[in-house]
Amino acid sequence: MSEHTDLNLGIIQKRLERAKGPGYWRSLDELFSTDGFKDYLHREFPRQASEWIDGPDGDDSGRRNFLKIMGASLALAGLSACTKQPTEYVVPYVVEPEKLLAGKPLFYATAFPVSGIANPVLVETHEFRPTKVEGNPQHPASMGSTDVPTQASVLGLYDPDRLQTVNYIGEIRSYTSFLSTFLSLLEKQKAKGGAGISILTETVTSPTLYAQIQDALKLYPQAKWHQWDPIGNGRRVGSQLAFGQFLNTVYKFDQADVVVSLDANFLGNGPGGVRYASDFAAKRGGKGGTVGNRFYAIESTPTSTGSKADHRLAVKPSEVAVLARSLASAVTGGSASDKFIAALAKDLLGAKGKSIVIAGEDQSAEVHAIAHAINQSLDNIGKTVVLTASLEPKPVDQYADIKALVQDLNAGQVDLLLIIGGNPVYNAPNELNLRGAIQKAKTRVRLGLYDDETSEVCQWLLPETHAFETWSDAPAYDGTISIIQPLIAPLYGGKSAHDILATFTEVPDKSGYQIIREYWAAKHAGADFETWWKHTIHDGFIKDSAAAVVKADAKLPPASAPAASGHQVSFHFDPYVLDGRFSNNAWLQELPRPVTRLTWDNAVLISPKTAKELGVENENRVEVAVGSNKVEGAVWIVPGQPEGSVAISLGYGRTRSGRAGNGAGFNAYVIRTSANATYAAGASIKKIDGKFELAAVQHHFAMEGREPVKSATAEDLKKDPLAIQKMSETPNSGLTILPSDWQYKGYAWGMAIDLSGCTGCNTCVVACQAENNIPVTGKAQVLRTREMHWIRVDRYYSGNEDNPEAFFQPVACHHCENAPCEIVCPVAATAHDAEGLNNMVYNRCVGTRYCSNNCPYKVRRFNFLMYNDWETESLKLQRNPDVSVRSRGVMEKCTYCVQRINYAKITAEKEDRRVKDGEIVTACEAACPSQAIAFGDLNDPNSKVSRWKREKTNYSLLGELNTRPRTTYLADIRNPNPELTNGREG
Amino acid sequence: MSQPVELPDQIHVGTVIDESHSLASVSDKVGGIVLRRKITLGWVFGLLISFAVLQNLMAGATWLLLKGVGVWGINIPVGWGFAIINFVWWIGIGHAGTLISAILLLLNQSWRNAINRFAEAMTLFAVMCAGMFPVLHTGRPWLAYWLLPIPNTMSMWPQFRSPLLWDVFAVTTYLTISAVFWYVGLLPDLATLRDSAKSKTSQVIYGALSMGWRNSARHWQRYEKASLLLAGLATPLVVSVHTVVSFDFAVSIIPGWHTTIFPPYFVAGAIYSGFAMVLTLMIPVRKFYGLDDIITMRHLNNMAKVTLATALIVGYGYCFEAFFGYFSADTYEKFMIWNRMTGPYAPFYWMLILCNIITPQFLWSKKIRTSPGILWCISIVVNIGMWLERFVIVVTSLHRDFLPSSWGMYWPTIWDWAVYTGTLGLFMTLIFLFVRVLPMITIFELRMLLPGASVKEPVAQ
Repeated sequence: MSEHTDLNLGIIQKRLERAKGPGYWRSLDELFSTDGFKDYLHREFPRQASEWIDGPDGDDSGRRNFLKIMGASLALAGLSACTKQPTEYVVPYVVEPEKLLAGKPLFYATAFPVSGIANPVLVETHEFRPTKVEGNPQHPASMGSTDVPTQASVLGLYDPDRLQTVNYIGEIRSYTSFLSTFLSLLEKQKAKGGAGISILTETVTSPTLYAQIQDALKLYPQAKWHQWDPIGNGRRVGSQLAFGQFLNTVYKFDQADVVVSLDANFLGNGPGGVRYASDFAAKRGGKGGTVGNRFYAIESTPTSTGSKADHRLAVKPSEVAVLARSLASAVTGGSASDKFIAALAKDLLGAKGKSIVIAGEDQSAEVHAIAHAINQSLDNIGKTVVLTASLEPKPVDQYADIKALVQDLNAGQVDLLLIIGGNPVYNAPNELNLRGAIQKAKTRVRLGLYDDETSEVCQWLLPETHAFETWSDAPAYDGTISIIQPLIAPLYGGKSAHDILATFTEVPDKSGYQIIREYWAAKHAGADFETWWKHTIHDGFIKDSAAAVVKADAKLPPASAPAASGHQVSFHFDPYVLDGRFSNNAWLQELPRPVTRLTWDNAVLISPKTAKELGVENENRVEVAVGSNKVEGAVWIVPGQPEGSVAISLGYGRTRSGRAGNGAGFNAYVIRTSANATYAAGASIKKIDGKFELAAVQHHFAMEGREPVKSATAEDLKKDPLAIQKMSETPNSGLTILPSDWQYKGYAWGMAIDLSGCTGCNTCVVACQAENNIPVTGKAQVLRTREMHWIRVDRYYSGNEDNPEAFFQPVACHHCENAPCEIVCPVAATAHDAEGLNNMVYNRCVGTRYCSNNCPYKVRRFNFLMYNDWETESLKLQRNPDVSVRSRGVMEKCTYCVQRINYAKITAEKEDRRVKDGEIVTACEAACPSQAIAFGDLNDPNSKVSRWKREKTNYSLLGELNTRPRTTYLADIRNPNPELTNGREG
Repeated sequence: MSQPVELPDQIHVGTVIDESHSLASVSDKVGGIVLRRKITLGWVFGLLISFAVLQNLMAGATWLLLKGVGVWGINIPVGWGFAIINFVWWIGIGHAGTLISAILLLLNQSWRNAINRFAEAMTLFAVMCAGMFPVLHTGRPWLAYWLLPIPNTMSMWPQFRSPLLWDVFAVTTYLTISAVFWYVGLLPDLATLRDSAKSKTSQVIYGALSMGWRNSARHWQRYEKASLLLAGLATPLVVSVHTVVSFDFAVSIIPGWHTTIFPPYFVAGAIYSGFAMVLTLMIPVRKFYGLDDIITMRHLNNMAKVTLATALIVGYGYCFEAFFGYFSADTYEKFMIWNRMTGPYAPFYWMLILCNIITPQFLWSKKIRTSPGILWCISIVVNIGMWLERFVIVVTSLHRDFLPSSWGMYWPTIWDWAVYTGTLGLFMTLIFLFVRVLPMITIFELRMLLPGASVKEPVAQ
């Protein structure tokens, strides 16, 4: 005992008194863990009680000492008892919150804005914890589905690396202390009309926020407001270039017979991507062997959208504008540069008013303008290409805008710089040296989700609210306004942009709710605002609020100078982490990129031929130099990448992202300037020593003659409607030694996946991850091929290496009737149920992995280590309480979302009826933007899945093994132009 | 004493026991190794090395239990790696012991008498090593007992259709029978040691272990009956255990596993590797303990012949595996065999062919069969080859199966090696202890080989 620090009540209390504020709990913990304290607790009586024991031979000094000590203790007790005990609130539901039924989820309508464009969602909450994002089925931009970043947004909410406190140069401060400083600074600025104030925001589309900024600018007329968001400037400036005004474009893919993409990854990505994927898939069809449109893609790097094209042309980035111009001239009667363009122009001219030419988000303003001009010539504008007023109240060329800010900064004119959101220090054009310039502002205030690269150079850091913690509003791709409502109180006491802007005006403590409500109350024209407001909040969006249609004429922009010779480097926003804003989202980092199948890093994408010329192989390190700027990255060879050009994803190489984003990939912004934002010509690529391991989830892309993806052209199927089913032999169900098959008398669950519709966007994978508590394993584990996704989207190539055809195939557990996994499990941990589900019983699993070995589809996933995070508190809030959180050593796999099946069955049983078709929607099915997944009861001949399975293009994957899978596929039907018979390039 | 031994299978490479031995000299020689021989530096050194290597197992298993099977190199698609390879390898090695003690007993092959005790001990130790792997390789080893049919309140039985369950029965039966057979066989010799031991401790220990064996005729009569029955029980095990092990693979649907040829091919492979291991151990023991008058050239020659014969069966298996792959006209089967020969693991395949088919061809030569040094080298090569065979079967079949999208690679980690080498350490430690505390050769059976043992009825003139 003597070797412990002897503790007594006094010392303990003294220690507690020394601790202050948030450190209080921590020191209690630390205190509890000292041996002395444990000893103290375990002694039944306080230390001095031992003094009571008399000494030997009747010596009563012990008793006397005890009385002395006790007397002193009593006298001093009043002093030490003043330590404040921590407040703990334990409040049961005395009155239960309205509508809350423990165990039943509630859904709230809101929106998740990305670059100012709202992604309308319904958020599933369990006991008021948001756990899962679904699309808002009533909203025209979602129709019930989402894109990948929206699906993953709920993890961003609980990100433990978010900025959690108000900071002033590394010290934790209170928000009030910030306010007093900030207001006094504003007071000083008032005299000069705010001439020293600069506000830098992302693209502002929120009507309320814009109104607040206007109010602030009224009070401080000399203050300046700049917008910077690296995404979407080409689109914005392109419309200005073509029409002379900033306009928004809405495409009607459900009416387009011919679609041409100029580097556009519009299926499931970017503004309207979800709706476009849905419209495109609906128009394209594929069922019944008919294809309703023809799709051409001209691309500087392969995208998931381009993989769906009937004809795909891989061209150097500089050639995209050249080819677009050639097409523009061909559709106006000029001569075409080559056979491909001639055939394409002919096709387009045959579909006047019923075609779309769309330019990509990564593309330059020039290409956007040319696309507009072609649409104009093809009479598409107003029909398939609808122009509306810009969704931004103040659209500007943001490259010019940020440049203006940097000039002000460098001129020392900025006293107070307020940066709201974004991460400009990381992603602004390199030549501006924003990092240096910002530090010339005297006071730098940053409202941000993270302590990131921009926060590093700011003094005041304010934690920003996540979209699910705040009130706001934002337009969807077509201008329909979504009201964003909070689903949870700010986890880290965050503030929204609305809160910060309110400080400029007289009412700094106005709540976000009041601000938004008052704005719309003022706008509302009808009589009963309260009812209207309630309905709007309930629905999540303002009905019929789409932006007004505008008429305008496009003209061809002047041609830019031809590109310099040498290698070219094209820059692309990563499909998931975008410009880097979601780089600390581990779901997104571990989600395989559709084409490269890479996780956790970006790479220098290079064509097989160019790789050979440069003498590089996969994972070789190269130095890419543009002018005097250089970056080092690892090579990844991608068939379909144009020769002589490499593509690099932006959004990587973050240094202050957090535990998931730090150290992932390399930062390509270093070689990107405003002059070469789309691509850089005259780049040099040099092999350097060493390798950098890249974690790909798929290493073999050829089908090896096995045809897991069956594909045919519409033409083929016209000749022989059974062509798909003739490609393989499926043993008929009578071929069994067992006396008779089990009869499914109740429900028989099954799934069909339409490969014509699948765009490989991977939304289903994240949706499944969110729904089923699937852990992230990390790069090292992915390198050992131990990723845990229950559904994966395989990607195969066929044809030649330089420009192959690509196919996607989502694969999850097939719930085989003759399941190979079931007979080999020694403990019956995986077993069939009476409705045909192949169930996985985690509690019973001992982890022999025999089931996985024997699974021909390799869809089973094993917890080789403790993959689930049982430590981080905030992440626990995200988990779906209806799904077990698996521990180490057990097998897991797709369950067909058995929790959703049972929920529907219980509901149906209570109402004494059968489950209706469409009542059960699996997480993947719900999320799929192109509605390529159907799930339901096979015993109901009218169910969607039964109808799909009756299609002549329906086939079983590896059906020849007689596993008789419950999941089947509808073949990928393509519609090539008969004039371009000689391969895809004509 | 001068009368030559008359044995029906007498051949020219020599006798099964040196002619100079008498009943007493045999007991003295074999018992003396345990009772009188000084502990030599070489033995201590060998034991220490083995024991040190055994610590790899301790460290490897501890880390494995702390972190999970993910510390090994296994993944999806290759869900089984070193653990199953080593399991099959060790079980295979064990088979020679049972073959020698049971089948050769029933076949009245008296030359086996000199090597059967040692081979049986080897069996026992190999099965101990093997038995550890299936438990360690599960994701949750603390629940591995669920594979046993233990009555429980939830009426939850194991899944009887799974070959892994058959494995549990096969291996536990095998271990039990081998242990009982071995111990019963030890009884008369333990009694001999008890009787000739000088120290009190030895007398007490061997006395207790010999369970009151008094060499009475009734004892011998019962002993003979028991060992015949046990031999009868053990005989089917020689065939069945590795057949069941092969079912782990053959019952699955994976190309390269799903093969009807597997049971006989596995049994032959097991005996092949087992005999190789007996040679690997016997040749040094024979030399260091000066037993070349008891384990004679004839033994080495016979074992080499069995090795060659089984090598040919295994070679036949390889040929037909390849032929069926080609002849099946099945995409997956054809690819599987092609991938084995030319894929990323092709060096392992060709090494295996070299070790298991080419190398044993040297055994056609009598000169090689009777040169202990060369024979020992060949036996080592065969052991490596048989390990490679299991590697090729387990890994190359799994790493590229049906869907090219799921193809992957498998490479072991240091923890795979730690556990594997650790079991080698365990095996060698047990062997070192065995040779010093128990008679490594069956004394009474050796005596039966001596001329005095067989009483000839005088023939009526």
